[in-house]
Amino acid sequence: MEKNLVLEMKNISMTFPGVKALDKAGLTLKKGEIKALMGENGAGKSTLIKCLTGVNKFEEGEIYLEGHSGAIRNKDTMDAQHKGISTVYQEVNLCPNLSVAENIYIGRAPLTKLRTIDRRKMNKNARLLMDELELDIDVTRNLENYSLAMQQMIAIARAIDMDCKALILDEPTSSLDDKEVEKLFNVMRSLKKKGVSIIFVTHFLEQVYEVCDSITVLRNGKLVGEYSVEEMPRVKLVAAMMGKDFDDLASIKPEGSTVNEDAELFIDAKGLSHAGKIKPFDLEIKKGEVVGLTGLLGSGRSELARTIYGADKAQTGTLKVGGKEVHIHEPIDAMNLGMGLLPDDRKAEGIIGDLSVRENIILAMQAKQGIFKRIPKQKQIEIADKYIDMVQIKTADRETLVKQLSGGNQQKVILARWLATNPDFLILDEPTRGIDIGTKTEIQKMVVQLASEGKSVIFISSEIEEMLRTCNRMAVLRDGAKVGEISGENMTQEGVMNAIAGGDSNG
Amino acid sequence: MDKIRKITKMSLFLPIFSMILIMLINVVYDIHCGNAPLNFFMISVKNGVLYGRLIDVLNRGSEVAILAVGMTLVVSASAGTDISVGSVMSLAGGMCCMLLAGYGVTNVNEYNVPLLVGIGAGILIACLCGLFNGFLVAYMNIQPMVATLILWSAGRAIGLLLCNSNIVYVRVDSFKLLGAYVGIIPTPIIVAAVCIAVAAAVLKFTSLGMYIQSVGINKKASRIAGLNSAKIILMCYVICGLCAGIAGIVATSRIYSADTNNIGLNMELDAILAVALGGNSLGGGKFNLAGSIIGAYTIQAITTTLYALGVSSAQAPVFKAIVVILIVVIQSGPVKDFFKKYSSKRRAAA
Amino acid sequence: MKKIKINNNNVLLLITIGLFVVMYAAGCIVYGHKGFTNLQTFLNILINNAGLICITCGMTCVMLTGGIDISVGSLVALDCMIMAVGVEKLGISSPVLMIGILIFGLVFGIVQGFCIAYLEIQPFIVTMAGMFFARGMTAVLSTQQISIVSDALFTKLAGLKINLPFGAYENSKGILQIPYVRITVVVALICVAVTFFILYATRFGRSVYAVGGNQQSAALMGLNVKLTKLKTYVLASLFTSIGGICFCLNTMSGTTSQATGMEMDAISSAVIGGTLLTGGVGNVIGSFFGVLINGTISTLVKSNGKLISSWSNIVTAILLCFFIVLQAVFAKLKERKNK
Repeated sequence: MEKNLVLEMKNISMTFPGVKALDKAGLTLKKGEIKALMGENGAGKSTLIKCLTGVNKFEEGEIYLEGHSGAIRNKDTMDAQHKGISTVYQEVNLCPNLSVAENIYIGRAPLTKLRTIDRRKMNKNARLLMDELELDIDVTRNLENYSLAMQQMIAIARAIDMDCKALILDEPTSSLDDKEVEKLFNVMRSLKKKGVSIIFVTHFLEQVYEVCDSITVLRNGKLVGEYSVEEMPRVKLVAAMMGKDFDDLASIKPEGSTVNEDAELFIDAKGLSHAGKIKPFDLEIKKGEVVGLTGLLGSGRSELARTIYGADKAQTGTLKVGGKEVHIHEPIDAMNLGMGLLPDDRKAEGIIGDLSVRENIILAMQAKQGIFKRIPKQKQIEIADKYIDMVQIKTADRETLVKQLSGGNQQKVILARWLATNPDFLILDEPTRGIDIGTKTEIQKMVVQLASEGKSVIFISSEIEEMLRTCNRMAVLRDGAKVGEISGENMTQEGVMNAIAGGDSNG
Repeated sequence: MDKIRKITKMSLFLPIFSMILIMLINVVYDIHCGNAPLNFFMISVKNGVLYGRLIDVLNRGSEVAILAVGMTLVVSASAGTDISVGSVMSLAGGMCCMLLAGYGVTNVNEYNVPLLVGIGAGILIACLCGLFNGFLVAYMNIQPMVATLILWSAGRAIGLLLCNSNIVYVRVDSFKLLGAYVGIIPTPIIVAAVCIAVAAAVLKFTSLGMYIQSVGINKKASRIAGLNSAKIILMCYVICGLCAGIAGIVATSRIYSADTNNIGLNMELDAILAVALGGNSLGGGKFNLAGSIIGAYTIQAITTTLYALGVSSAQAPVFKAIVVILIVVIQSGPVKDFFKKYSSKRRAAA
Repeated sequence: MKKIKINNNNVLLLITIGLFVVMYAAGCIVYGHKGFTNLQTFLNILINNAGLICITCGMTCVMLTGGIDISVGSLVALDCMIMAVGVEKLGISSPVLMIGILIFGLVFGIVQGFCIAYLEIQPFIVTMAGMFFARGMTAVLSTQQISIVSDALFTKLAGLKINLPFGAYENSKGILQIPYVRITVVVALICVAVTFFILYATRFGRSVYAVGGNQQSAALMGLNVKLTKLKTYVLASLFTSIGGICFCLNTMSGTTSQATGMEMDAISSAVIGGTLLTGGVGNVIGSFFGVLINGTISTLVKSNGKLISSWSNIVTAILLCFFIVLQAVFAKLKERKNK
């Protein structure tokens, strides 16, 4: 291992059943360095981290850690902690019902001679630790009295108190506000001064440039490269993450058809918002138009769509559908207005795993019809067969449980579910994630087809080419706000990336 | 070997297997005693009514079977159990008898109000109990067991209050009918059959079953697909209350009196056991109503068999406990994993 | 002076204690002429509920991890029956039997705890089986009611009055009454103190809270979640066995129908005392007051004389409902705050 490196991961490969999650990925970490680990969804960031902390077992590759001769392999997170690799997750993994000091010292609290917990000593140590990090926290109060940001700081304090060589912060800022982020950065900087090395997993570009020294970029499970922050302007970073060489970006042109200018307005949102998720936005969608929502993961692109659909109830603003003002409280209201949402988290919000393909397909249609108008079995079978055929779901039988299907086919089932309701407006949130190229093209064609039938579509994807091919217009989101729209000539890879990167777009 | 594996994976395997096992034990016992080997199944007509151990099982198992219908839905939709059904049974019986006899009267030979008013009120109050439970579970997000703990404790007490702490006797033939015989067939069997048929029809001709399973399997996805999970869970609890009410009236009619202290005692445990025995996961999701009902009668068959073997009613729970533990241990995750590993190792070795 | 911080958790405890005080004071005002103001009335609540207090201690530990144990009532009946059969039929001396009962409780707890913690079966189902088993075994031992009369030591322990040096009063006939407690009360109070100590001052106790607060986090922080759970069930059965002995000292007999529904009394006491059924929040002191509230309610109903006894169940259920809804509201508020 090179000198002044704390950690080196080399040629790590790992497969999940059927998917190569990591393909010779790697990472190096210098002493006292803050390293950003970046990549789009499915790039393998969290898988790489999990290989490091022992949650995932990788097949090939080596991990070297300062102070250990030879390659190491951690059995589990505890083992990693003992070796000096601590992780602080996005969801704080502490106990809200215990005091701050207890959270820091649980399982290793100082004991008195009677084998009881020495609270005085424990609180004193905790207080010293808080002073060290310049945090104003009463260590005897319960954790739940503190904001999420503070809880995260406390988790960090716990991590570094256990002789930490490498501290991994896994998307710590995604639920923090600006002030809290600033506080976190101060703590990170003071840790850096003390010589702690930090791996900072994030998808906020601004933050990378504010606090990090260098950047590791992953894409599709492969290491794209490691760069210092200075040599990596925003646009170049976005390009690296999206997987295009900056120079040959211009070659792809949009293929989306043009919309009739006089087409009726179908969706007209004014000032919709959902606190903490998406700031007030305006959005207009015409009939037969495909609007792409673009932005990095966590920029609010899903949240915007969910707010229109009522999956997250809009707290401000007005929504007009087909010219009439409507109030959507629950998804069913949106469905009755002719909407449908294909959510990005297929497993948690899409499929009903233990029900059959047939039942999954007719579910939304049945929900619209109501409980007493059961679709007769024969008709269910007809509908299911029709859509299995139409979107080409590969399943042994229509009665196969949907959880037994591959990811792509599950996605098609949900698509079929919405097509069966004959919607006027479909929201497709990452419909092509984790599915093979052939299916991707099919879905893209279907979107264009739907638009030509006069239906409106919101299309969300991490892949810009795909969006350029299908969308008439794109809305750009950054940090939970809609920051602009791109249409016409600006709809090129370069234009979109500049818009996503924002700020010094020419840099 | 593969065939065996396929059979054991069928959803009704567990309940039918345990039912057959119980019947076999009966056959063995009868042979041992020198009775006809199929004594258990023999049905004869004595004193103008059907008679036999099988009839006894079907008759005595009626209440649990009715409860199992409601409990199955509750377990499926809310991944929890309604432990108040026994208490609610008692309350429904108490309400019914109090109205039929008049408050404070303990023994009547004619109705104070029409019979249907009494039965209707009993069932109505049970439905209200279901509504209360459902509201707490679906809209206040309270764990089912905790929410139903309230009526578990209060239901019986309110019943006692209605009956002024007395056993209220209603000695009218038409009231006794529900717990006695229609022609030669015991009425409870008919009531249970009607309940089961209605439940089956509702599940067949409405989409309730799919809604319930969908909510039980994945609440979030169901919401996105347009289902109102709170309403559906509430509905399940109301149906469960309704079932408890009907079972309560039957149990009351059997003894033509509201013995509030004893009607439905520990019945909730039998109902839950029936659901588990029917091969349904107590963690919610997919359900199989037929399994639960077979489970209910299996429990009664176990009890009847134990009585036949000379075990007293007070000692029977020991065997019930052993059955419960065996079933849940076999179904538990770690044990299943262990067997999976074991069988795959053996296959690898072969 | 250390500031006492008021948060949602000790609000629940304060409400419980406040409720007890108000309820008792109301009793003193309304039923003062019936001797409610006498110290002995209060002590009788303790004496009558000594067994329940012990059981509630164990139940609190289990509930703190987010579990539940509904086998306790039946276990008490079984303990009483073991005592009765042992003394009357087999002629075993009571100290031996007591040790035997404690060992039985230990094993019972280990089996239940193992099924729940290591086989990952729902606590409700496992302890339901435990409940069936214990109740059935009681009947297997004997289906008759057996009074315990022939063990001198046991009878002496049961009859022992520990006089208090204060609070003497004259009853309505003008005879001086010296307030007393039974040995069971002393045992119960020791149980409360021990539980409090375990939960507050030992690593195990804090692990119990951690497991109940967030099981996943507790595991990630390196705690042995399964062992902690197992231990709480062992503790519950052990405390139940102690409670069973206390209960037996009170009733001096064994029957199959003893202590029916006691598990729910214990659970409702703990809930009224501010223990969350979802785990992580609660305090044995609160549970203690929960038992006292339950006891006060039934004493009030008895003092009235006209009300039938089921009123005390109804009032308890109303209180239970009130506390459960209160907890749910607090949980919702907390969720909103965190957003």
